[in-house]
Amino acid sequence: MKNTRDTQTIFELSRSGRRAARLPACDVPEHNVADLLPAASIAATPPALPELSEPAVIRHFVNLSTQNMSVDTHFYPLGSCTMKYNPKRNERAAAMPAFADLHPYQPAETLQGMLQMLYEMQEMLQEISGLEACSLQPAAGAHGELAALLVAAAYFRDLGESRTKVLVPDNAHGTNPASAAMGGFDAVTLKTTADGFVDLDDLETKLDEHVAVLMITNPSTLGLFEPNMQVIADRVHKVGGLIYLDGANMNAILGVARPGDFGADMQHYNPHKTFSGPHGGGGPGAGPICVTEKLAPYLPTPIVKTLGDQFVLDYDRPKTIGRVRAFFGNVGVLLRAYAYIRTHGPDGLRRVSENAVLNANYLLSRVKHILPVPQGHRCMHEFVASASDLRRDKKISAMDLAKRLLDFGYHAPTVYFPLTVPEAMMIEPTETESKETLDAFAETLFRITEEDADLLHDAPHTTAVSRPDEVRAARQPVLSYPE
Amino acid sequence: MNPEELSYAKTHEWVAVAEQDGAKIATVGISAFAVEALTDLVYIDLPKVGQQVEAEQPFCEVESVKAVSDIYSPVAGRVIAVNDTLPDALETLGSDPYGSGWIAKIKISDEAGLANLLDYAAYQKQCAE
Repeated sequence: MKNTRDTQTIFELSRSGRRAARLPACDVPEHNVADLLPAASIAATPPALPELSEPAVIRHFVNLSTQNMSVDTHFYPLGSCTMKYNPKRNERAAAMPAFADLHPYQPAETLQGMLQMLYEMQEMLQEISGLEACSLQPAAGAHGELAALLVAAAYFRDLGESRTKVLVPDNAHGTNPASAAMGGFDAVTLKTTADGFVDLDDLETKLDEHVAVLMITNPSTLGLFEPNMQVIADRVHKVGGLIYLDGANMNAILGVARPGDFGADMQHYNPHKTFSGPHGGGGPGAGPICVTEKLAPYLPTPIVKTLGDQFVLDYDRPKTIGRVRAFFGNVGVLLRAYAYIRTHGPDGLRRVSENAVLNANYLLSRVKHILPVPQGHRCMHEFVASASDLRRDKKISAMDLAKRLLDFGYHAPTVYFPLTVPEAMMIEPTETESKETLDAFAETLFRITEEDADLLHDAPHTTAVSRPDEVRAARQPVLSYPE
Repeated sequence: MNPEELSYAKTHEWVAVAEQDGAKIATVGISAFAVEALTDLVYIDLPKVGQQVEAEQPFCEVESVKAVSDIYSPVAGRVIAVNDTLPDALETLGSDPYGSGWIAKIKISDEAGLANLLDYAAYQKQCAE
């Protein structure tokens, strides 16, 4: 590691007695805390909170934030994460007091605007997915996967069927097998072919009446639309199983193809990807799910429905799997997604996907002359290049390229995923980038591949910390202060 | 051990079979190619002594800074020893993959699986593809 100019922690900046705010004298009767709480509830020593002035706090965090890369500062082609620009009007909508100042314990009749927004969101997500019912509760994509698998488990329990297996292709996101295991199923890996599609022969050997669900990401993590989708769905349905669509890549097919129309029984959305919610930093996430009518009774409770001219929360759902999240889910993210969907409308959303796919194909047409793209003469929203030739010939790895890109002001693409492509660089430009940005990125990538290997092995050179020791970070993490 | 005298599974495990008290004992590890491809290792979940294993089925896993990968048992049988030093010295897998980087010893119960293993030349050919 070359640069180690990391900032002092806020604890190191602390000076005893320093304050950002001084409270006025107490004007209500004071009570000794020991008279109010049992002794076991009172700590012997106060917590070691840092003590700083307000400017010191502001400088500390603003300086830290400038060491970060974001979609507001840099091109961010992090494959599979759909790092599109987050329109600021979404923030304005979410900050409106009529939304932001509500309390979830208010009576429903005083929450009508919020409930209407949530109701319309349910309807819009159903329309986009081609499925009949929706729950907005799950708090992230992977949480949506788990909730949907629990819905599937409840459905099969109701049918009196004992199904134990969830099939997951080997290029899926790691959350898929993890969700299957969390849901009480055995995750069984499905092979993919050299072209990157589900191996139908392997599917045949693993498909039986014990299969509950096949989880498929379509378009896949390779940025390819599964050509055998209908065959796969038909075969799974024939043995009584369900199709789960991992909606991570919905940005490629909005208004073009609907999962419910190509065989999916359940899906989640990642509003922070597809519908321009913030990726972290902007609050907790959301992972709403949509399902077919036969699975609707098992969805988490409550669901927003209409009763006369009122919007109400429906808790009367005897077959529900129950709550998966407090109140109505993380409405702040849903609100931003709602603003995005309403801003674009049906035609606009279709153009979002068309431009995302166009941008990805344009960048593919340039990058494939620099790094081979094993499965890509064309793609959907993203493509996966491989640095394995470069690693063999010049000892330059995908990690080296990714780290060096930081020096040129580009966030790195996703590297080493999917695992089916050696030295993978997964590139997703999204629809919000211009041709000039894509050209400049491709030219920079080419320039880096021509650089001296030693220079790349030590990259990045311009960041405060060059290359952290990832092994030590994993094996001996320092998670508290003081150590 | 000399890598050229070992047998290999398509999934990158190496096997050395030796006779011991009339039983066939397989010593199992992962190839230098596999260690290289996995990159920096951070964790290994060793199998348990006494555990029954099936040929070509996962029996332990290794985690790198990139991913968690299954290690497949090349033979069917029962685990009779594991290399307890590995979890605290994962670098051994890279520095001496065919010696002190061994992972487990398995008492073979069914020799049928051995026929599916590759010799050194065939394995090298697979890795080059």
